[in-house]
Amino acid sequence: MTHTQKRILINDIVMALSTLSAIIGISFLLWILGILVTNGLEALSTTIFTAEGAPPGNGEGGLKHALIGQLILVSYAALFGVPLGILAGTYLSEYGLKSKMAETIRDISDIMMSAPSIVIGAFVYAIVVAPMGHFSGWAGSIALAIIMIPIILRTTDDMLQLVPSTLREAAFALGAPKYKVIIQVVYRGAKAGILTGVLLGVARVAGETAPLLFTSFNDNFLNTNMNEPMASLTVTIYNYATSPYEDWQQLGWAAAFILSMFILTLNIIGRLFLLKRKGR
Amino acid sequence: MNNIVDKIFANSTKFIAFGVLLLVAWIFAVLFEHSLESIKAFGFSFITDDKWAPNLEKFGALPAIYGSVVSTFLAMILAVPVAIGIAIFLSEIAHAKLKTPVGVSIELLAAIPSVIYGMWGLFYFVPIIRDTFGGVGISMLTAGIVLSIMILPFMAAVTRDAMNTTPDILKESAYALGGTKWDVIKDIIIPYAKAGIIGSFILALGRAIGETMAVTFVMGNVHKISTDLRDPATSIPVTLANEFAEADSELYYSSLFELSLLLLIISFTIISIAKFYFLRRKRVGA
Repeated sequence: MTHTQKRILINDIVMALSTLSAIIGISFLLWILGILVTNGLEALSTTIFTAEGAPPGNGEGGLKHALIGQLILVSYAALFGVPLGILAGTYLSEYGLKSKMAETIRDISDIMMSAPSIVIGAFVYAIVVAPMGHFSGWAGSIALAIIMIPIILRTTDDMLQLVPSTLREAAFALGAPKYKVIIQVVYRGAKAGILTGVLLGVARVAGETAPLLFTSFNDNFLNTNMNEPMASLTVTIYNYATSPYEDWQQLGWAAAFILSMFILTLNIIGRLFLLKRKGR
Repeated sequence: MNNIVDKIFANSTKFIAFGVLLLVAWIFAVLFEHSLESIKAFGFSFITDDKWAPNLEKFGALPAIYGSVVSTFLAMILAVPVAIGIAIFLSEIAHAKLKTPVGVSIELLAAIPSVIYGMWGLFYFVPIIRDTFGGVGISMLTAGIVLSIMILPFMAAVTRDAMNTTPDILKESAYALGGTKWDVIKDIIIPYAKAGIIGSFILALGRAIGETMAVTFVMGNVHKISTDLRDPATSIPVTLANEFAEADSELYYSSLFELSLLLLIISFTIISIAKFYFLRRKRVGA
């Protein structure tokens, strides 16, 4: 075999192996997705949206409590997390720039983005649940907000820096004070990007289970009082899936399907915003 | 007037940004404070003792640490080659028409919550492991495999991004000299993007070690060190997820807080290594 033939052969082998591993990896992922869709669709019914949790066995249970609980938890988390994240990101991009302080905040916040979320749950347990003496919706939302802040901070920082400095200079030249430049010019220029960050941040925390296990805990019935334990889709999935009752497991699949579709939709919308921005 | 508002706005953004640092420091401080009782009671033996017996007020974290290390190691061994394969496929092999849809689907799969990977593992993968390898199916091996599938999309996406940083002109020059795709990958892309690729793996490792839900379903939370991968086991996050809401004594809580602190320190260190040593932050814009 000549040297060239050998090289071509090795190349073919490596290419085949890469393609094969890509096929293996992707088929595993498709398998999971397929199961999620088939089981989820099978378990979906109108009672899911109208009935609360019920004792296992009679098949009358629904997910209304978890859907509403999830919505409340994530909304409050966004209410705290989004403004704090955007303002902190604004500081980094518009005031802190490349100062040592700003770089440190960027690095630490980046690390927090990948830190284990269950640890945030433990932290919130210590500062909220233990002093209050019981699990509560507030604790869950605070945990989610803490997870959301670094994500929004990072995208805001990146997106504001994409706004050309000539725009800022033009506004300054008209005599605008800095806060007006930021709010009326920079924010407006980075609107789509910031919105994408918010959507991705919300999508990320909507799928969090671990930090809710011992903060908002769970409730098998509808509760809208943030001072009480509150159901979420994710913890409901965990509890129902690990239960021995078939109708609860079915509800778990329905919850998993609804949650995944919600998160995928947010991700896709976020991407479309970014594409639109690039297209302009 | 404008002057005052300007100052208020500037200072409040500064205060909040600084608050992020304070928050992180606060997290470490609170976890440490709540671990004190356990640190006093067990000292260093907390991480070397293999007996975790809440009813006897005896807490040794070695089985959980062992489980975290082994399951993550298994996951990395399985996921790294496949992730490299997918990255090579996406950056060099796939037709342009295939690149975007496959790439985007992999990124979207990275967004699927880990609780769903765990649920799939429990209902569909546990029986396969049980039938193929014996045992109950709830095991270290199952946890490692489910974990590897869970981190695969993230790992593949960041590895591909790292490979894509190689300038086209370098690749084209190598092709012009008659290089095969493999020549280009091994002699151009990998040397060029080495730091980024390794950084991506370490980042994925940092995520895997703190991953809770994907493994909680399939690991069993058994505090026993076994060299047989088919036996149930536990890991730090699995222990926390299973026991935190049920702990019934001060010392038990304190031990769980010490586990949280350990986990935070471990993942903080791993992620810092990835970020500072391998992945220098690329700033966008000017």
